[in-house]
Amino acid sequence: MQLKQKLEILADAAKYDASCASSGTEQRNSRDGKGIGSTTGMGICHSYAPDGRCISLLKILLTNFCLYDCVYCVNRVTSNVPRARFSIDEVVQLTLSFYRRNYIEGLFLSSGIIQSPDYTMEQVVEVARVLREEHDFRGYIHLKTIPDASPELLARAGRYADRLSINIELPTAASLSTLAPEKDGVAIRVSMARLRERIDASKDKTLTGKRPPRFSPGGQSTQMIVGADATDDRTILSTSADLYGQYRLRRVYYSAFSPIPDASPVLPLQSPPLVREHRLYQADWLMRFYGFESHEIITGEQGMLALDMDPKTAWALQNRAMFPVDINRAPKATLLRVPGLGVRNVQRILSARRVRAVRLDDLVRMRAPVNRMLPFIQLPDHHPGATLDAASLPAQLKETPTMPQQLGLFL
Amino acid sequence: METVYLQHETDMEGWRDAARRLILSGVAPHDVYWCVRPAEESIENATQNCIVQRDIFSMASAESVPDSAGQAPPPMEGQRLMVSRQFVELARAVILHSSAERFGLLYRVLWRCQLERGLMRLTGDADVARLHAMAKAVGRDKHKMKAFVRFRETVLDGHPRYLAWFEPEHHIMAEIAPFFIGRFTTMDWTIMSPRMGMRWDGKSLHFLPGGKPEALQEEDASEALWLSYYRHIFNPARLKLKAMQKEMPKKYWHNLPEAELIEELIAEAGARTQAMLDRHPEVPKRKIVGYKRKPDDGIIE
Ligand code: SF4
Repeated sequence: MQLKQKLEILADAAKYDASCASSGTEQRNSRDGKGIGSTTGMGICHSYAPDGRCISLLKILLTNFCLYDCVYCVNRVTSNVPRARFSIDEVVQLTLSFYRRNYIEGLFLSSGIIQSPDYTMEQVVEVARVLREEHDFRGYIHLKTIPDASPELLARAGRYADRLSINIELPTAASLSTLAPEKDGVAIRVSMARLRERIDASKDKTLTGKRPPRFSPGGQSTQMIVGADATDDRTILSTSADLYGQYRLRRVYYSAFSPIPDASPVLPLQSPPLVREHRLYQADWLMRFYGFESHEIITGEQGMLALDMDPKTAWALQNRAMFPVDINRAPKATLLRVPGLGVRNVQRILSARRVRAVRLDDLVRMRAPVNRMLPFIQLPDHHPGATLDAASLPAQLKETPTMPQQLGLFL
Repeated sequence: METVYLQHETDMEGWRDAARRLILSGVAPHDVYWCVRPAEESIENATQNCIVQRDIFSMASAESVPDSAGQAPPPMEGQRLMVSRQFVELARAVILHSSAERFGLLYRVLWRCQLERGLMRLTGDADVARLHAMAKAVGRDKHKMKAFVRFRETVLDGHPRYLAWFEPEHHIMAEIAPFFIGRFTTMDWTIMSPRMGMRWDGKSLHFLPGGKPEALQEEDASEALWLSYYRHIFNPARLKLKAMQKEMPKKYWHNLPEAELIEELIAEAGARTQAMLDRHPEVPKRKIVGYKRKPDDGIIE
């Protein structure tokens, strides 16, 4: 089979993984005149596909042959899609030639499970080893790890990778055992815990002051499929909160269950719930950067996020007694709860109000979305008065449903 | 009116020296005219004002007396110049902006900083907000250049050379060079733009005069693979054009090889998705061996 054909099949097989981030790792370059590549810590999206997703890494599967039968997955053993397998050298050369042309930041490699989890993981790790040791590649490497693979292999993966991920796939253990019968929810969490231990250990200096061995400096992430099972948003967010807390994940990615070629009869296809996915990302941000608890964020009925407005606005409408917030007096944590006010503008307000009172014009020039904020804030030259309590306020704040934008690709 | 002649578009030192001198002698912002010294041959064509000023500028740190001294606040000679760290950081970015107002705006803000304490903290102030907007535009331009430069490989005398054409909006070429050097240290690469070019030969960096995109060769075998990748990593069931265009605006498309596919991918997306939704699930066409969890249970590929 031609390389081009393999690339087509194995990119098709990889596109349902939402992550393409190249951020969060250590800074490196090749200024010593050896090897190739650099990482800035920030991540760079080198292109965008018409699905709005960032293309930062060469995201492919080593092979889409797979022994498992996860019904949501295009690569499951019972699917009739065409199959292919890259050789290790093909992936290495493809990565390097794309990298030299500045198409990518590096490689995101995962694989269907062939022969055994250990065998598969070994092949994946070998690609990373050849890139790092034989070609002195200093770009970004993200490896998908297989939870059933041996701890020793996970340890080797962490030596070469900037980021490791294990997909949790579904928000509940029950859904996982129905939809991915060969996967083991306990093994997934055990592996995440192991990774966390090693990642943490690599950051501590030992008593002798020696640097511990490098291990996945960009941390670990995971992905959850949304809309393939009946789990509500409340459960999804509490699973996320739990994952962030227990395993210190850098990111939980939410992937709206999307039509795939040759779907399983068990799981009828539907249009992907993109707005829901978008609201989950917003809610996720509220938990990580705005001091919200997972249980506070759900305001809709049946444990779901509102689709017609962002979760912070929905929360504010249900907690109107807390408003209006005095922009010049409120503490930081309260400012962060004002709809429309982002982390950066909160910083700016805190800094500016030490010099003089912040006024409405200031907010306009900071490019804050003032119209959305007005009912909830108080300034020397503005008070919302009755608008805050008006029964018509929710209707006013509804967003006309547009296509959501993907958030936070750099984190 | 006092005119300052800067050596080149991003002459931070020239600007700083002049600004220091002007502030210490109390020259108000509206009494200063900032311009960039044209290339040597066109100097004669410069305005009378600028020629006169070149002389003053060449007198090192000679202090000049503004003609409109009457309107200016008292000179601040002997006083220390107040410059906050925030200002210096912003100025470094703003000076790379392509807008001609940048020198004057920076001077006005520096001037105001001498009188208004904490000015740089007021992001809502019109001048400070403008500086932030300009710095943001420059930062974005730099980021997009790191992302969207596309090299093509040619082999010359047995050595691969990598050539790219890029059109930055602001004066960021020299500023961005360390990024490409640090990443592609062992490669021989050239990035050309309308205003200037730069070549890294593996040891040192050379700035070149501006060029034309026609100089770029047409073919590169890996580019065809890149286009295949772009086509196949796209999921037609999640069309989000606004999100794409927000991050990859059309103005960059003509230098991105993959952009030629965008229209076609969008046009096909609806039908491709519908076909997936309409399709009846099929039974597996191969024999399925049930997977057993223990690897030693004899699983075969
Ligand atoms: S293990 Fe499951 S999710 Fe992973 S490739 Fe195989 S079928 Fe797909």
